Formats: sequence, structure tokens, C-alpha cells
Amino acid sequence: MAGESETLTAGSYIDHHLTNLTFGQLPAGTRPGQDQAVWTLAQNGHEASQMGFMAIHVDMMGWSLLLGLIFFVMFRKVAKNMTSDTPSGFQNFVEMVVDFVQDNVKGMFPYKNPLIAPMALTILVWVFLMNFMDLIAVDLLPAAAAVVGEHVFGMDPHHVYFKVVPSTDPNITLGMAFDVFLLILFFSIREKGFGGFVGELTKHPFSHKNPVVQTLFIPINFVLEFVNLIAKPVSLGLRLFGNMYAGEMIFILIALMYSAGPALGIFGGGLQIVWALFHILIISLQAFIFMVLTIVYMAQSFETGESH
Amino acid sequence: MSFNLTFIGQMIAFAVFVWLTMRYVWTPITKAMEDRQKKIADGLSAADRANRDLELAQEKASQELREAKQKAAEIIEQANKRSARLIDEAKENAREEGERILVQARGEIEREQNRAKEALRAELASLVVIGAEKILETSVDAKAHSEMLDKLSAQL
Repeated sequence: MAGESETLTAGSYIDHHLTNLTFGQLPAGTRPGQDQAVWTLAQNGHEASQMGFMAIHVDMMGWSLLLGLIFFVMFRKVAKNMTSDTPSGFQNFVEMVVDFVQDNVKGMFPYKNPLIAPMALTILVWVFLMNFMDLIAVDLLPAAAAVVGEHVFGMDPHHVYFKVVPSTDPNITLGMAFDVFLLILFFSIREKGFGGFVGELTKHPFSHKNPVVQTLFIPINFVLEFVNLIAKPVSLGLRLFGNMYAGEMIFILIALMYSAGPALGIFGGGLQIVWALFHILIISLQAFIFMVLTIVYMAQSFETGESH
Repeated sequence: MSFNLTFIGQMIAFAVFVWLTMRYVWTPITKAMEDRQKKIADGLSAADRANRDLELAQEKASQELREAKQKAAEIIEQANKRSARLIDEAKENAREEGERILVQARGEIEREQNRAKEALRAELASLVVIGAEKILETSVDAKAHSEMLDKLSAQL
């Protein structure tokens, strides 16, 4: 709501848009007259940061779950009424998506595992839906939330922070990436054995026939391979976060133009359309990349051959 | 943008949704799709089989037709031969019959001729006898002279 309130500066507008609706344990003494830790909604960014780890982004988590549910209910409905006769309507679309995922999994993951393909489907659709929230006008849902917060919960509308794109929260993207990481560890150890997994971390990229030299190489190899291993979930999560965060930021900056006079406003409107069109590509691409990388990482963890 | 419980929450949510998808979405959808694939494959192979059957049937039908035509031609030829034979036979019979009738007729004519000659001879004899009687003016004993008269008539 740029320009709605005269006290609202560009900086605070952006700040407001980048602050989550946070529910957490507020340490004692943060608010005046508060002498013990309480579980409450953060009133501002400072309080939210005071909460530390014991807090949850209600808006992010809520949208994430809601979108996940939308995905699940939609696909479940089709799965329930699935016929092997001529498909029609929405079933066509779902089958197309499933087929697409199946093709990708078959192409990149040449092993048998019942988990990988459904996980890829979940990632593709869920992440796409989360990214899609970026295309909804930046102020629409936060403004609605402010109205609801004011009238239903009796909050100060300026203190209702509300972000709507779950994939702009590193907690969300890294949470999923960390699940993938756990699966990498699990499948690596299951397929290669603990020794094989450790061997993979310590015997490459430098190896030597002489056991003494090989032993010397172990710490170097371990450092290199461990970084390589850790980089997988981190890059997976941060890539999605970074792309979506930047996209949202640009939408916010464009939205700021509307408050800067009619000329800039019209220019902003044009920019917004262009950026939104371009962003359609980005959100699909990022969902697809997240899925593909997950499949590739899974395939790597199943790979028992000494091929790197 | 702090690191907090949302991370754990999303980890759990992700795991749950993956599990739900695997159990309630992926399995039934892929199963139905595989079923359909199998159905289509079956249908195509059935169509192939039917086409092959049709070809075989057509081949068989044309073969039968060919055979039937051949048979018909044979039968017609046989019939023609038979009719020719019958005509020949009939001609032969007619000719034989004609000849027979002719021979018979000739015999009959000869017999008639002989009979007429005989009758004329007898008539002449009796005329001769009557004439002789007239000449002699005496009655001639027919019994006594009949042998002589018979001889006479035989010489005529």
C-alpha cells in the first residue's frame, strides 16, 4: 500500500514486505514491562529476530501447507477417479504432468526406487505453486491480511506482516533441500555401505597406489568431497530462494513506482507486465530445476560404480 | 529472515506430502496409465490379428472361388461332351432304325410282289383252264389235271 500512509517511506514499505508473520517465544525483557518469555506474534522485525530459532513463520508455513494441500487434493481427486479408458478434462493435464515427471526420472535415474518419481512430482507441482504466488499482486494478499488482522484479531494493521511466496523464505527452500540431503545420505549408505560411502568421501579425487601416500591424501580428499556433499543441499535450497527472493524484490520495487507520480506509475505498470511475463518462465524453470537436481542427486547416491 | 522452526516445519511437511503423493497419487495414476498402455497394446495386437485373419479369409475365399469356377468349367465341358455323345448316339440310332425300316419295307415289297405274282399266276392258270374247257367243250376233270396245271403255273 505504497502512498496510502504518509508515514510510510519506501524503506519501511520494503521492510514491511520482507518481514514474516512470526509466531515464537519472545525472550524476557524484549517488550517494556515483560518479565518472562512468552509465546506470541512478533510485532516487528526486531522482535522477530529476538525470537531466534524458537519461532515459526506462520504466513510461510501456512501458504506452504495450503499450496501443498491444493496440490494433493487436486491430484488425489484425479487419482481417485482415474480411468484407464479415454481420459478427459483435468485428468489429461494431470497425466501430462505425471508423464513429464516420469520421463525425466526415467532419463536421469536408471535405478528402481518407488520414492523418487512421486517426490519429483511433489517438488515440481508444489514448488511451482509456491513460486506462482509471486505472480499475485504484491500488495493484494498482505492488504487483505491486514484487514483480517485488524478486524478479526484486533491487531494494528501496520503490524500485520504477511509474506505470501513460501519459496522466498530460505527456511522453506532449505527445509526441502535438507530432506533431499538426508535422502542422499540414506541412499548412499544403503547402496554403497557405510565403508563405501566413507571411501567415496576420502578416496577421491586424489588417489595413489602407495598406501602411505593414499593415507596422506585422505584429509585433503575429505575436505574437498565434504564441501562437495554439503554444497548439494545448500545450493539446491539457496538457488530457489535466491531466484524467488530477487523476483519478489523486483515486484516490490516496481510497486514502489506507483507512489512516485503518474508518469513513473505508468512506466511501472509496463515494467510490471514485462517482469511478470518473464517471471512466468522463471517460476516454472526454478521448479523444474529443483526437481531435476533432486533426481540427479538421488541418482548419484545410488551410483555404486567408481566413475568420478 | 531468520533461521527458525519454519525449517523443521517444512522438512516435516515435505516428507508428509511426498509420502502422501507416493501412496495416494502416484501409484493409482501410474497404474491406470500402465493399464491403459496395456489396453492399447492389446487392442493394437488384436487389430493386427483381425487383419491377418481377414487376409487369410479373403485368400481362402478367392481360392474357393477359383476352384468353384474351375469345377463349373469342368462340369460344363463334361456336359457338352455328353450332349455331343448323346446327339451322335441318337443320329446313329436313327440311321440304324432307318436302315432297318428300309430293309423291312424292301422285304415287304418283295413279299407283296411275290404274292401278286402268285395271285396272277393262279388267275392265269384258272383262265387257261377255263379257256381250255371252252375249247374242248368238255368238262375236264379238275382233279386229274390239277397236277399238270400246277406244273404249268409254276413255269409261268
